[in-house]
Amino acid sequence: MFLSLFTICFVVAVLLAQVNKITAKPIAEAKAKKLENAIREVVPPFDNNPVAEAYKIPDGAGDSLTVYPAKKGDELVGFAITGYSNNAFGGTIQIIVGFDTNNRIVNYSVLSHAETPGLGAKVVQWFKDTSNPNRCIIGRDLSKEKLSVSKDGGNIDAITASTITSRAFLEAVNKAYAAYTNTIAGDATSGATTGDEDAASGATTENDEDIASDTTINENTKTTGGENHAQ
Amino acid sequence: MRNNIKVLINGIIKENPIFVLLLGMCPTLATTSSALNGMSMGLATLFVLTCSNIAISLLKNLIPDMVRIPAFIVIIATFVTIVQMLMNAYLPSLADTLGIFIPLIVVNCIVLGRAESFASKNNVIPSLFDGLGIGIGFTLALTILGSLREFLGTGKIFSMTVYPENYGSLIFVLAPGAFIVLGYLIAIFNKLQKKTK
Repeated sequence: MFLSLFTICFVVAVLLAQVNKITAKPIAEAKAKKLENAIREVVPPFDNNPVAEAYKIPDGAGDSLTVYPAKKGDELVGFAITGYSNNAFGGTIQIIVGFDTNNRIVNYSVLSHAETPGLGAKVVQWFKDTSNPNRCIIGRDLSKEKLSVSKDGGNIDAITASTITSRAFLEAVNKAYAAYTNTIAGDATSGATTGDEDAASGATTENDEDIASDTTINENTKTTGGENHAQ
Repeated sequence: MRNNIKVLINGIIKENPIFVLLLGMCPTLATTSSALNGMSMGLATLFVLTCSNIAISLLKNLIPDMVRIPAFIVIIATFVTIVQMLMNAYLPSLADTLGIFIPLIVVNCIVLGRAESFASKNNVIPSLFDGLGIGIGFTLALTILGSLREFLGTGKIFSMTVYPENYGSLIFVLAPGAFIVLGYLIAIFNKLQKKTK
């Protein structure tokens, strides 16, 4: 009895070890490729290897975030930062956000989430919709504004009926940016910060108008938003 | 051979795991939020079921009665782990969607149920057909359920738009919709089976 169970377990263990040996490399490659694709999607075109040059920064809450610098030639063109939030509707949401050297969001990609399909799961595309400026976070300058949902008096329209997911997502974006500016801005991008300033001053006037138009629309969404906060 | 075909058909219609036996409800309700997810879950289970049926029917004389359940579970878990590794390696996006439900095939009562009630009492060939039959029945049921929920909820089938998403009612993609659609499907299936009798 013991012998037969032992034999079965032994054979099975050998078999699994073999399969693991065969699939270990493709699994690692698939993971690396997924990360690389995510980085490629969120930062301006680059020709270095951001994964090899990645480094970790503290996020201020005892955990760390990873920064992937993107360079063209020797010049820094942007950086992709991982961000996370534990306050999403389905637990943790992990994202990667790309910034250019002017603190503007280039794009984002959701690495993993457990949101409700049809509701919170829309986070993968929702904030990328450039035809809808009130919900699009692409191109926003985070040195000028902090992202929050319109229901909290902020500047971004939340996903319909998924305010909690939207809040968590924006928290993750803000966290990534805050961690970056707190730790790095001093040294690594010192060259870029000077170039930053003229871009920023030019943008101020535009931004003021944006904020003005945002608030009027926010009021509209607030009234309609009442029936939508199922989550 | 005729007997084997009968076993196969039996698994798909007369003993359909979802519509007749009502086994394995957890993955059924949870993974069928879209047609593709339902079908992939069904195919993964089909593979595990067929392999475990073959292995168990081959080993049935070597496994003492007292330890047969642990032995079956070990064998089933092996095949599930293999499926999971292969999926992670070659279909990473699908592995992401199905997530926890792939490892949970181990405790799917259909797999252990067929091992116990069929494979441990029959020879390899009938067991193979039983695994295929039940597996196809499970896959079909999950695909139908997934397509209906995706169609009613988002207006798409296999991600192809049939009508605009805004007209869909979201409840069908969520958990309650799974129960509602499954209930109606079982009713229709029973009605049809009664007619053929």
